Amino acid sequence: MRNLIDVTDLTKEEINALIATAEDMIAHPADYQEVCRHKQLATLFFEPSTRTRLSFESAMLALGGSVLGFSAAGSSSTAKGETVVDTVHTVSCYADIIAMRHPKEGAPFAAAQRSEVPIINAGDGGHNHPTQTLTDLLTIHREKGRLDDFTIGYCGDLKFGRTVHSLVNALARETGIRFVFISPEELKLPDYLKQNVLDKNHLNYEETTSLEEAIPDLDILYMTRVQKERFFNEADYIRLKDTYVLDPEKLVPAKKDLCILHPLPRVNEISVAVDDDPRACYFRQVKNGKFIRMALIQQLLAWNA
Amino acid sequence: MNIDSIQNGVVIDHIKSGKSMDIYRYLHLDELDCQVAIIKNARSEHMGRKDIIKIDTPMEVDLDVLGYIDPDITVNIIQDGKLVEKKHLALPEKLVNVIHCKNPRCITVAEPQLDAIFLLNDPEKHTYRCAYCDTEKKRSI
Repeated sequence: MRNLIDVTDLTKEEINALIATAEDMIAHPADYQEVCRHKQLATLFFEPSTRTRLSFESAMLALGGSVLGFSAAGSSSTAKGETVVDTVHTVSCYADIIAMRHPKEGAPFAAAQRSEVPIINAGDGGHNHPTQTLTDLLTIHREKGRLDDFTIGYCGDLKFGRTVHSLVNALARETGIRFVFISPEELKLPDYLKQNVLDKNHLNYEETTSLEEAIPDLDILYMTRVQKERFFNEADYIRLKDTYVLDPEKLVPAKKDLCILHPLPRVNEISVAVDDDPRACYFRQVKNGKFIRMALIQQLLAWNA
Repeated sequence: MNIDSIQNGVVIDHIKSGKSMDIYRYLHLDELDCQVAIIKNARSEHMGRKDIIKIDTPMEVDLDVLGYIDPDITVNIIQDGKLVEKKHLALPEKLVNVIHCKNPRCITVAEPQLDAIFLLNDPEKHTYRCAYCDTEKKRSI
């Protein structure tokens, strides 16, 4: 069974093929509106989400399929004490493919051990979010025309930011990428990623606490939200949440073709005054998310047919 | 000091001095009815001092557990009083229900009935990572 639990479950070639399919879906949506007819996607969201769940549902509907599922753990049998593996195993008897989000790290991996249909990880705690990564890669490809030879800065919560972790993993397979990690000391990139991905592959990276110092060199700036739900201690969250706020003033020394990404939702970390700057790509990124998920659903169903 | 040699059973040799009780616990040897001899601080040419465990019954020893505890241990299989097989260990690629994840955000902590699976991460540093959440664990025995 082919699942998508971690972005590294896909080879670089498979990712490139998904991006090419998504580009074709953007150009010729009518060609794909029947490819998942009579197929059902279950969206199992044990943790609240608007964007990702609706993106999956919109993607499946655009492919001619249908959707079922739940959007909070309280409305599933989890509230009765059922394990995540049992819940997913049960739903896998009704659906053709499952997209699941869970607050605990590794829950989709556990679910995939017993599911009878392919599982797509739609986010597991602060661990991984591979479809956001595919969205980010499609956006970079559409904005820059390539996936190699650039400097990318990640800014904000790099410790719990699952989108950051997945994108680092994916870009580590490309050539000529320079990584700049901008975060407070408490929210630095986890050691396992530095050792197992960056150091092991001899990749070029640096860590800093200053967005202002880093921004002039960047081709891509990946902003992230400090996520309240990842903190056990609210005082720590309040202290760290507004460490970085990107505003028009900070963008003055930035490159003219800088590409500003954000997995959204944002809180304060990007001023709304930046939204009209042509370098702000984050709403185009949202739109791309639907198309890459369409490509992924179609491909996973084909692989497991 | 004399310990009777065994006729049919297992001798776990080249245990680092002082580690035999850890192995006794990990292999659940307390649940056996047969004679089990733990020899601590035995003289060794190569190791200076070592521990040895003699188990006076044929049994399947969990080599993954032993390999995780110490890949330099050797396991000798004795039949009719003779050494018939000497097993050399290695760090196992995969550990199932030997060690457990301590990351409070890991699904295996919230749902402990799941198999605790760890994969060998770095053989040189003897580190493993949780298959669910990627949390790294150094060999701690």
